[in-house]
Amino acid sequence: MSSHAIETIVNGQSISAQVEARHTLADFLRGTAGCTGVHVGCEHGVCGACTVIVDGVAVRSCLMLAVQADGATVATAESLAAPDGTLHRVQQAMKDEYGLQCGFCTPGVVMTLAAITQGRSPDAEEIKDALSGHLCRCTGYQGMLKVAKRLGGEVQA
Amino acid sequence: MNAPADVPLAAARFTGERVPRKEDRRLLTGHGAYVDDVTMAGMVHGMFVRSPIARGRIVAIDVEAARALPGVRAVYTAADLDRHPAKLTGLYGSAESKFPDIWPLAKEDVRHVGDPVAIVLADDRYVAEDGAALVVVEYDDADAVVTIDDAATGAIVHPDLDTNVALMIATPEDPGLEAVFAGAAHVVTGTITHQRQAHVPMETRGIVAALQGSGEMLIHASCQSPHMVARYMDLAFAMPDLHFRVIAKDVGGAFGLKVQPWREEVAIVAAALLIGRPVKWIEDRLENLTASNQAREQDVTVRLAFDADATLLAADIDYRCNLGAYPHGADPNSLAMVMFPGPYKLPRYKFRAQGFYSNTAGQAAYRGPWAMESLARETLLEKAARQIGIDAVELRRRNLITAADQPHTMLTGFVIDRVTPRETLDKLVAHLDTPAFRAEQAAARAAGRYLGLGFAVYVEPTTMAFGGILSSDVADIRIEPTGKVTLTVSTHSQGHGTETTMAQLVADTLGVDIEDVSVMEDDSSRGGFGPGAGGSRQAVSGGGATLIASGKLADKIRAIAAHVLNASPDTISLAGGKVLVAGVAEMTTTVKEIAEIAYYQTERLPEGMEAGLEARHRYRPPPVVYSNAAHACTVEVDVETGMVKILRWVTCEDCGPMINPAVVEGQIAGGVVQGIGGVLYEQISYDARGNPTAVTFKDYLIPTAHDVPELEFLHIATPSASEGGFKGVGEGGAIVGPPTLVNAIADALAPFGADCLTLPLSPPRVLAEIGTRD
Repeated sequence: MSSHAIETIVNGQSISAQVEARHTLADFLRGTAGCTGVHVGCEHGVCGACTVIVDGVAVRSCLMLAVQADGATVATAESLAAPDGTLHRVQQAMKDEYGLQCGFCTPGVVMTLAAITQGRSPDAEEIKDALSGHLCRCTGYQGMLKVAKRLGGEVQA
Repeated sequence: MNAPADVPLAAARFTGERVPRKEDRRLLTGHGAYVDDVTMAGMVHGMFVRSPIARGRIVAIDVEAARALPGVRAVYTAADLDRHPAKLTGLYGSAESKFPDIWPLAKEDVRHVGDPVAIVLADDRYVAEDGAALVVVEYDDADAVVTIDDAATGAIVHPDLDTNVALMIATPEDPGLEAVFAGAAHVVTGTITHQRQAHVPMETRGIVAALQGSGEMLIHASCQSPHMVARYMDLAFAMPDLHFRVIAKDVGGAFGLKVQPWREEVAIVAAALLIGRPVKWIEDRLENLTASNQAREQDVTVRLAFDADATLLAADIDYRCNLGAYPHGADPNSLAMVMFPGPYKLPRYKFRAQGFYSNTAGQAAYRGPWAMESLARETLLEKAARQIGIDAVELRRRNLITAADQPHTMLTGFVIDRVTPRETLDKLVAHLDTPAFRAEQAAARAAGRYLGLGFAVYVEPTTMAFGGILSSDVADIRIEPTGKVTLTVSTHSQGHGTETTMAQLVADTLGVDIEDVSVMEDDSSRGGFGPGAGGSRQAVSGGGATLIASGKLADKIRAIAAHVLNASPDTISLAGGKVLVAGVAEMTTTVKEIAEIAYYQTERLPEGMEAGLEARHRYRPPPVVYSNAAHACTVEVDVETGMVKILRWVTCEDCGPMINPAVVEGQIAGGVVQGIGGVLYEQISYDARGNPTAVTFKDYLIPTAHDVPELEFLHIATPSASEGGFKGVGEGGAIVGPPTLVNAIADALAPFGADCLTLPLSPPRVLAEIGTRD
């Protein structure tokens, strides 16, 4: 396997690493970067649990190779809350609306919602469309649908 | 009906409230602790070599190329693992069940696609997969036994058994029954077929096993109870000098799949013993959809007899299920047979049930494992209503047991008490405005659109503490010298929220803030044995244990306070973390000060009192507790495409007093939506050779946010006889949801004479029901 040097910024920290060409971004983030909030649910890009934000865009980290993140800035769910512990509005909405149960799909869900509400004001229907790219087996999506309405009605700063 | 049980929470501050979940912060911020997050020094990664054929003899296994691959540390076959023979034990079944010998890895032959044949251990998962690809297995391929019909007539799946029938159970002969059917004003028949489903927890199975020193096997596992994993591992290995400690903090869903460790988990422990290093295995989604145990795949033929007033006279059911090769139990869904009468007065009943082995993935309990009884009964009742020409709600009202009928002994022996099927149905109907819907439906039909309304009513035995492993739960509670409260309880959450609900009970009983209560249920070496999640039992059994243990501790606090303050214990109350003496505000002290006395100033304790602030209770709930519900939904069926759109869904359940209504509604919704998946989308399928044909999330479709309605929840809370009056709610939505939806679709398609009794009601199937597609 070929080995490649990459430089990334993960949650604000610079990381220089040697990665094999075949290593997924998800495995790099979980292993090398220690971001175990990146959850691998299907490894074929359907369930959405591994979603992270790469250069401002929500990405399924199981479908992206670590080498492709060379030079990129990556954010995972670990970075969303403020340093003082204040939850990101997406996280707070998920908590308030009981949008999670087992929590396995949750980090991916909050990263998608964070990405599409960053500097934009999507309506509830667009947020629901985005949620449809995430599989949740526990909640029946009831809390998440409420989150979509709530965030969809918010005026973004 | 009997008087309600006492609910000892008169001053409840948290119990009954929509308290935010304590577990959510770590889960939302990516700081959950799931099994794949565990790493250990020297840990190797396991990958299974699995059979690509459904049935055949293993001729030869060549592992040399895999062993030679750099980074591969070991390759084990069944012969290697037999140095520490581990034989699996089934979760359920009866003494008459025919259960094959089940070993972690296949020995002479393979019995389903995905049957594990060898395990490769390597420095990382990528290399382990490379190594697995280098293992060459030669098979002597044989024709597979795939379907129930195959199993009934085909080759024997398990050579150590003389039949494919794991067990047949039946009621005794009833010579007069045919006369009842012959004399009945109405006889309604149908065969309900339920496809095979997969549990699909978003976190697949997984385990890390590490020998600590020589005698303790430390296991991190994705499971429904660390105690159950420890139990089954001990039973499997039966090594006197090997003890199991199992840790499971966060688990990403289970739904019955993870109720016991199965072949792969046992193989990983065996591998850890052999290699002497920590071993991790995380199932991938392909394995999860092909080699993990699965559920349902059953058919049942039902005959119902009614008199001229649509009163039920008799039922006769003939049930079959496909257990696959290595099911968790050799049981033909006995509970479905027992529960078929449900909340109805049924004077005469005959059943026969058979479970068959086949060359497919084995079956496991899945959320409401006996749900087929409700699907069969409720769909046939609505078919009966259409056939007789009576409103489906009215037909139910004529046959449901009422408060005056309880306690009600079912023909099958279960005694139903404190349930409200009639009340939940009435409340549901009052909320719905059925006449308005019927008018809308008629107008739509006139315009060529097909709307439908369906109902279902059911009663569910929860807790099931009448014997065996579900008999009790234990709570250990202590107040630390710092005043903080730690509850160690034998419940276990895979998303259930017990970390919150149990803390609510503790906080109210001890009069402390919920933030000061920690709930620990993640370590088999702390607390005592309990079966964890399963049977909708945790609020009842774990909640009861928690309430009583907390009450004992509150009593001790009062006794100490009375002694040191020279007051009567009756005058002392606990609230806001304080210990209050009635009418004497200046004597107020705190739980923390009492704790300091209990641990540090033991000479101030009453004579003979044990030091410390700790209490324990192992709670034996009533033998069976019943919850019940009525659901209704409306749909529109597109008769051009066969697509079903759910318009509205209303639930009315009675799970007793709710500890946290948001958690209750979360359980109902999760169950309903799994039921929607089962009715409309999900299907594990095999070809004639036993090859699985739905192996990714592109083929195995579970509901998305676009496929679900926003549920409307109604509640009735009638206490059970359990401590706290709780009844349990985990499985109900998945039991009553499917017949609700099937009935709505059948109602929509009534103009076509469709019964809709073959699931899933996918678009092609719906078109077949309409008659526009074969």
